Amino acid sequence: MQDLRLTIRSASPDPRAEALRRSAGHLGLECPDEIRVADVIHIRGGLNDTDRTRLEEALVDANTQHASWDPPVGNAIEICPLPGVTDPAAEAILHVARTIDVPVDAAVSGRRYEFGPDAEPTVITALVDRLLANPVVEAHWYGNASPPLEIPEAVVPPASTVAVTTLSDGELGELSRQRGLALDPAELSTIAQHFADLGREPTDVELETLAQTWSEHCAHKTFRATIEAADADGTVREFAPLLETLRRCTDEISAPFVRSAFVGNAGVIEFERGTTIALKAETHNHPSAIEPFGGANTGVGGVIRDVLGMAHKPIAVTDILCFGPSDMPLDHVPEGALHPSRIADGVVDGIADYGNKIGLPTVAGAVFHHPAYTTNPLVFAGCIGTADNWRQHDGPHPGDRVVVLGGRTGRDGIRGATFSSLTMDASTGSVAGASVQIGDPITEKLLIDALIGAEHLYSAITDCGAGGLSSAVGEMAEGIGADVELAMVPLKYPGLEPWEIWLSEAQERMVIAVPPASIDAIEQRCARHGVEVTDIGVFTGDGRLVVRHDGHPVVDLDTGFLHDGRPRRHMAAEIRRPERTPTGRPAVAIVPTLLALLAHPNINSRERILRRYDHEIGGATLGRPIIGVERDAPGDAALLAGPLEASGIAIGIGANPFHGLHDPEWMAWSVVDEAIRNVVAVGADPNKIALLDNFSFGDPRRPVTMGDLIASVDGCTRAAVAFGAPFVSGKDSLNNEYTGPDGERHAVPPTLVITAVAHVPDVDRRTTPTLTTPGNLLVMTGTTGIHFAGSHLDEVVDSADVATGSVPEPDADAPRRYRSLHRCIRAGLIKACHDIAEGGLAVAVAEMCIAGRLGVALTDLGHQDTTTALFSESCGRHVIELAPADLDHVRAEIGSLTVLGTVSDDDTMTFPDGTTIAVADLVAAHTGRHKAAP
Amino acid sequence: MRRPCAVVIAGPGTNRDPDTEAALELAGSEPRTCLVGDLTADPALLSSATIAVVAGGFSYGDALGAGRLLALDLEIALGEHLAVFVERGGLLLGICNGFQVLTRAGLLPGSLTHNDGGHFICDWVELAPTTNSVSIWTAGITDVIHAPIAHGEGRWVHPDPQAIAAGGQVALRYHGCNPNGSIDDVAGVCDATGRVLGLMPHPENHIVDRQHPNAGRIEPMTHLGLRLFQNAVEYARG
Repeated sequence: MQDLRLTIRSASPDPRAEALRRSAGHLGLECPDEIRVADVIHIRGGLNDTDRTRLEEALVDANTQHASWDPPVGNAIEICPLPGVTDPAAEAILHVARTIDVPVDAAVSGRRYEFGPDAEPTVITALVDRLLANPVVEAHWYGNASPPLEIPEAVVPPASTVAVTTLSDGELGELSRQRGLALDPAELSTIAQHFADLGREPTDVELETLAQTWSEHCAHKTFRATIEAADADGTVREFAPLLETLRRCTDEISAPFVRSAFVGNAGVIEFERGTTIALKAETHNHPSAIEPFGGANTGVGGVIRDVLGMAHKPIAVTDILCFGPSDMPLDHVPEGALHPSRIADGVVDGIADYGNKIGLPTVAGAVFHHPAYTTNPLVFAGCIGTADNWRQHDGPHPGDRVVVLGGRTGRDGIRGATFSSLTMDASTGSVAGASVQIGDPITEKLLIDALIGAEHLYSAITDCGAGGLSSAVGEMAEGIGADVELAMVPLKYPGLEPWEIWLSEAQERMVIAVPPASIDAIEQRCARHGVEVTDIGVFTGDGRLVVRHDGHPVVDLDTGFLHDGRPRRHMAAEIRRPERTPTGRPAVAIVPTLLALLAHPNINSRERILRRYDHEIGGATLGRPIIGVERDAPGDAALLAGPLEASGIAIGIGANPFHGLHDPEWMAWSVVDEAIRNVVAVGADPNKIALLDNFSFGDPRRPVTMGDLIASVDGCTRAAVAFGAPFVSGKDSLNNEYTGPDGERHAVPPTLVITAVAHVPDVDRRTTPTLTTPGNLLVMTGTTGIHFAGSHLDEVVDSADVATGSVPEPDADAPRRYRSLHRCIRAGLIKACHDIAEGGLAVAVAEMCIAGRLGVALTDLGHQDTTTALFSESCGRHVIELAPADLDHVRAEIGSLTVLGTVSDDDTMTFPDGTTIAVADLVAAHTGRHKAAP
Repeated sequence: MRRPCAVVIAGPGTNRDPDTEAALELAGSEPRTCLVGDLTADPALLSSATIAVVAGGFSYGDALGAGRLLALDLEIALGEHLAVFVERGGLLLGICNGFQVLTRAGLLPGSLTHNDGGHFICDWVELAPTTNSVSIWTAGITDVIHAPIAHGEGRWVHPDPQAIAAGGQVALRYHGCNPNGSIDDVAGVCDATGRVLGLMPHPENHIVDRQHPNAGRIEPMTHLGLRLFQNAVEYARG
C-alpha cells in the first residue's frame, strides 16, 4: 500500500492559464508573467510498475498530454477538494482502476498552478485568496499537496437529548442561536410546551427536524402570517396571509388549463389535452454568495428535481441573476464577500456545468447589476417539464416502502434550510461552509433516466431538497406516518451522527413511496441505469413519524404537530406611499444616450454568458435567448417545440428591481405585464398563460420590507386577474440583506421575478425581433407615458437634481391589446415583434436593427416629448414590423397604433429630427465588439 | 422502403441520444438506444444493426477528460464486437462526445482537447465537406451543412494532419469560422475505410428547416444535418 501522485500537463499551452490571467485582469489583480496549470491525481493502493503504466495509459492522452509520477518541484500552489466534497474525478479514477483491474483504494483529484521562480509570494497569495481556491470547499498547499486519502472512521455518538422544557425564554433563544435553529420565541416555547406535555425532552434529531420543517425556507412563515399593516396616512388594516391572496387570485381566474397549483413541488398545467407541463422556479441566493459555482450548480439541480418530483420529464432550464457592479474596485468589496465579477463568473459556470451536463437547454433569463446585490447576489433558477397522461399520485398508502434513490448522503448541506432563513454577515462564509455543496449532474441525469417511465411503480414522489430526508420523508408522511431506519441510508463516508444523516442536503436524491409488489421492478430499472436505490422503511398509517438509528428511536413525533403545530406568525407592516407624479426628464443627446444604454450591463448583449449554456440540446429551442442574423441580439421569450410538433411552449421572464425600489406595487404589475408581453411577442396565446412568482426581499421583520412585500403581492395578483393568467407555483426567499456604506443593514431592492409559461398554438407563425424587409412599416402598439422612476435613462444620465416621478403605470387595456396582437400574429401579418422594456422605445428599435442588420427611418415617436418618447419605460408596448398593405387590417384589430417609420436598407437608424446612428455603431455598443473592418 | 436497424450507443451522462434517435428515424432507419450494459448483455443488438452512433453528451461528466471513461468501457466491454461491426461493413458515427470517445478508443485519428477559448461554447457553425473525403457519411454532399456546436473540448489535434488530409480522412471543415482552434479548421474526420466518422457539431439538431436560427432566410433542405443520416441509411439499404 502506498500513496502516489500523477501530475498531468497539457502538451500545448493550457487554456486555463489564459482564462486565469483574464479573470485576474477583471479583478485588477496582478498576475505573475509565467503561469502553467496541471492536473494532479492522488491515489492510495498497492500498484506495481505494470499497474502504474497501465493506469497512466488509461488516464493520459499521449497526443495532448505529458504525465509524471515524480513529485514536481518549483514555485507552485496545489488545490484539492476538502474531504467529503463531491469529487467526480476521484470517482472516475476509481472506476477506471476497477475497469482495468489496478488496485487503487482511494483517490483525490487536484489542480496545480505553477509560477516562475521570481513570482512574488504576495501576488500568489492574492491570487489564491481571490481566485484560485475557495476555502469553503477546497484546501490549498504552497508546493505539493498532501490531501488525506481517506476519512478516518469516527465513532458515531448516539442521538442525545436536549433539555428544553425547563429553559426560560431567554435560554431558549440562546439555544436557538447556538444550534442555528432560526426559530422565533413563540415557536421555541410551543416546542418546549409540546415536550413538557409529553413529559420528556426532545432528542437533537427531533429539535433539528422541527427547526427545518418550521424554517422560513420550508414553511413560508411570512407568506402564511396574518398581517397588520399601517398605511402612509396611519390607517391600520388587517391583511390576509400573502399565500392566501396568491391562491385566491388563481381561484378567481379559474383557468381551465390549471391542473395543480400551489401543491407539491411544482405547478402543473395542461394546454393541450393529454400533455401536461410542470413548472417551478427557485432561488439559491445565500449558497451562491459564498460558493458561487456550487451554489448556482445545486440551485439548478434542485429545481430540476422539483419538476421530477411532480413526475414530469424536465425539458428546459431558466436563470435570472442579480449581481453587484462588475467594475467595482477591489478595495470597495466588503470584508468576507467575494468580488461581484467572481460571483458572476462562478454562478455562470455553475449553471452551465449543471445544465449542459444534465442535458437540458438553458433557454431564458436575465441579468441585473445593482450595488445592493454585492454581498447578497440573487440566483433564480427555473425548470419546466412535460408528461403524457399525467395523473397526480395519490399515495403514500399504508404499507408502501420508503425508498431513497440517487446520490449518497454526506455531511454536505447540513442545515441549508435554516441557513437560508438567516441574514448574512461578514462571518457567513466561514460559518456556513457545511451548507454548501457541489452538484453531480450526471447522477441526477441517471435519476431522471430511471424515474421517467416508472410512474406506475410508485405511489408518491418528492425530491430531497432543503431539510434533506427530514423534509422529504416528513412531508410525505404527513397524516399517514412513517417508520424509517437511518442505518440503511447509504453514506459517502462513515461517522455521520443520526441528525446529520436525517438533515443532510446531499444533492441528487429523490424519495418515492413504493408498493411492496413494485420494489423488484424499481430495483431493476435502477440497476440498468446505475442508480443506487435503498429501502429505508415503511409508511405506517398511524400518523407518527418514527426515525430509528440501529433500531433505537431518535425521532417519535406526531406528524400533526410537526406540520400544523407551529404557531401562526403575526407580522407588522408599514406600507409606503410611492411617488407617482408624472415627471419628465430634460432633453438628452440621442446618440450618446442610446449607445450608453445599449452598453449598460443590464441591457447589453448577454452573448458572453449565453454561449456558455447549451441552448440547442433537444433540437426544440425554436425561440432562442439570442437571435438575429448574426445571433447577437436579445430574444423576447424562449419558444420550445419538438422538430415535428405543430404547437409549442413559450417561456418569458419579467423582473425589474429598479422599479421595485420606487414602487413595489406598480413594479409587480409591470413585471407580470413584461413576462406576458414577452411570450406574446413570440406568438403565445394570451388566453393560455400560467405564471410563477419568485420574491427575493429583505428581512420581513422590518415593517417597511413587509409593507413592500404586501404591495408587490397586491400588484402582481391584480395584474394576474387583469390578464387572466393564474399563478400556479411560487417561492419566496426573504432575509436578503446587505450592509450599506452607512454601516446599516438594508434589504436588497424588492425583487420579484415573474416567469410566464404559455401555449404557442402554431410555431410556424412565431415571431422574433429580427427586422425582415426594407420598405415595411415599423409600428408601436400601446401608449407611452411619462415613466422615469427607476428607468435606465437615470442609470446612464445623471438626474440627481430631477424629481423621481413615477414608475410605469398599470395599463388596463394591455390584456385586450395582446389578444388582438396575437390574432394578427396568427394571421401572419406580423413580420417582426419586440417588447419595449429597459431603456424604452429607442433601445427596442435599436435591438431590432441589430437583430436584422437593417436600418429604420423613424418619422413619429408616439409622444410629443422626444426624451419621453424614446426613453420612458411605460409598459404594455410592442414594436412590430408589418407590410404597408396590412396596416389597415392590423389597425382595425388592435386599435390605436403609432406608425413609427419604415424599415430601410441603408444600415442607419434615423430619428425624426435628422439624427442618425449607423447600425454598426449600435452593434458595437451592444456587443462590446469593435466594428468589423469594411 | 426498408428501414435499416440503427443503434444509438449511450453511456452514463450521454444526453443527445434522443436527438440522435429522432434524426435516424426521420432519415428512414429504425433506431434503438442502448446502454453499453445492454450491448454487452446482448451483443446481437449491435450485430443486427448496420448503423451505430455514439451520441453526444457528457459521459461520466467528462471526468478525466471528455470521453475517456466511456471509451474505456467500449474498449473493454465491446471492443471486439465493435471491431467486427465495422469490419463487416457497419457504419459508425461519433458525434461530439461520441467523437471524443472514438478518438480515445483509437477508432479515429487524432485527439480532441480544450477549446482554445478556454471554455464551453454553444453556437451555430457552417461545415464544408471536403472534396477528397472517403467518408460514406458525407459522400456526394457538396453543400455547406449548418449545425450547432456545444462543446468545451473540441479542438482536434494530430501529429501529422497533412497525412490525414491527403488520405481523404478529413470529412468536414469549419467554414468561415473556427470555434475551437482545431488544426486546419477540421470539424470531422473519418477512418481509412470511410465507414467510421466523428465530428464535433451536432447534425442531429438540424433535421428540419425550422430548427435553424435563420430559418426562412436560407435555402430550405439544402443545409440540413439530416443529410448525413440520410446518406448512411441509403448506404445501409445497399
